[in-house]
Amino acid sequence: MITKEDVEHIGWLARIEISEQETVEYMEKLNSVLEYFGQLDELPTEDVVPTYHVAEIYNVFREDIVEECLPQETVLANTEYKQDGTFRVPKIG
Amino acid sequence: MVYENPDGIRIGLEIHVQLNKLKTKMFCGCSSDYHNAAPNTHTCPICLGLPGTLPVLNKKAVEAAIKVGLALEGEIAEETQFHRKNYFYPDLPKGFQVTQYDFPIVGKGKVVIEGEDGEHVVGITRAHMEEDPGKLVHIGSIEKSKGVLIDYNRSGMPLIETVTEPDMRSPKEARRFLDKFRNILEYLDVFDGNLEGAMRVDANVSVHWGTRVEVKNISSHKGVERALLYEIMRQKNVIRRGGKITLETRHFDEGRGVTISMRTKEEAEDYRYFREPDLMPMRVTDWIPAIRETLPELPDAKRARFIEQYGITDMHAKALTSKIMLADFHESICAQGVDPKIAATWTADVLLGELNYRDLVIGADVQGYAIICYNQKNPDIVRHIRVNDMVELVTFFAEGKISDRAAVEVIRSILDSKEEKTPLQIIEERGLLKAESDLVTMAVEETIAENEAAVQDYLGGAEKSLNFLVGQVMKKTKGTADAKTARELILKELKG
Ligand SMILES: [Zn+2]
Repeated sequence: MITKEDVEHIGWLARIEISEQETVEYMEKLNSVLEYFGQLDELPTEDVVPTYHVAEIYNVFREDIVEECLPQETVLANTEYKQDGTFRVPKIG
Repeated sequence: MVYENPDGIRIGLEIHVQLNKLKTKMFCGCSSDYHNAAPNTHTCPICLGLPGTLPVLNKKAVEAAIKVGLALEGEIAEETQFHRKNYFYPDLPKGFQVTQYDFPIVGKGKVVIEGEDGEHVVGITRAHMEEDPGKLVHIGSIEKSKGVLIDYNRSGMPLIETVTEPDMRSPKEARRFLDKFRNILEYLDVFDGNLEGAMRVDANVSVHWGTRVEVKNISSHKGVERALLYEIMRQKNVIRRGGKITLETRHFDEGRGVTISMRTKEEAEDYRYFREPDLMPMRVTDWIPAIRETLPELPDAKRARFIEQYGITDMHAKALTSKIMLADFHESICAQGVDPKIAATWTADVLLGELNYRDLVIGADVQGYAIICYNQKNPDIVRHIRVNDMVELVTFFAEGKISDRAAVEVIRSILDSKEEKTPLQIIEERGLLKAESDLVTMAVEETIAENEAAVQDYLGGAEKSLNFLVGQVMKKTKGTADAKTARELILKELKG
């Protein structure tokens, strides 16, 4: 069971502000999703190898070859918070 | 002798190493050669974490990881795969770091170091691949930061994180482990340890077999010993005063040489790892035989061969193989037919000592021709030490044409001067050829010993006494000495 505190915690981890009303709403929705997964638990899966990837693809690589980078102006184009070619953000913590 | 470990110290390390010999980053084609570049000039939509991009793994990074795994005698996983480690920090543009979680590419291995009581095995828990975050510069100190500047040039650089068992029993063993580890990586040619940020270390340490504390942000392999010495002393003091050590993370302040408690977060760390859906799993164990073929002779093997092949001492062999470029340098010298034992002495004892004294480190080499050293504190000071020069010097010495002291002087002169002179030029310029110079030096030494009164007079300010002393030297050498040289030698001796 997911509690109100769990929803608040998940919200904090994702840095999403959740109102009191939303907390209750999400709690109910998440619990119904979990309930649905609970139904899957009824199936016998002891001998089934877990599926991690649906595509049966392995070993996708690229060669170590240099490609062109973006110009600095382009990289910084979408922010107004910049200083000497860097992004400037508030202090962390 | 068995090391008792009286304080019950256990040290484990987590070492992040940049695979900076690769040309490109981990998941994109951005050049890895960003170290002297302006900020945010080595980025693309992938390493900036823009939406809708698809990372593709650099094959060479996987090969390098396998190389490292084999050199650490680690198990290479049958199947390996990436995860997302989710957390918010501005150095991570995506909001998660691509790393490996429960399927690391390298499993259990080991490294043998010279421990407190002889050979000591340090277990490797695992080694995995991950991407480097960007670089943050705090405006002001980290504690009183006013804001943060971010440069994403480093973002997405390929890293290997190696985790050891808590098998080290002193800060010295931790440093030795790192020296050895770094040496192995340089032999493998996957890593240049001289580049800024190439190796970063976190250490966990406990005393009296107690609770461990994690020390983060140790940026140099020299810093490790200092950080651990401080942290062990701190923990012992806490216990002595009746306090308790709590599980915590501390930050090493390299400038002040202390560890500082990081504010504990009210929420426990919760990274919500899940499989990285954009990257396919890997099955690469069939690459192992071919990669094993490319493995170079590793430090321990080279050391054993040096003792065998050149008949040199274990101490010399160890010093010479402590850096691959130095080992190659020694082999190039010996290849020219000089006595390997004498060559080893002059390279391992004298040259290394003089380099060390001057804060010069070997930064590069031109194989078979020279090693290139630079000053750690002032990288503009660069010295080339040529194979041919060492051969010439060792030959002069071996043939008895110059003294011990003169040979040292030649090495010092090469290291102290920008002008690239050969030993022969230096020997001629300074008149270091034995016959004449040795006689004069001997005469100077005798004169000073025999004329205590005159020496005191001169030191007391009587300039004339110097002329008397020079006269005595001329007399002793029956006038063959050059008066000016004699005068200089006396002054050198008196000051010295
Ligand atoms: Zn990129």
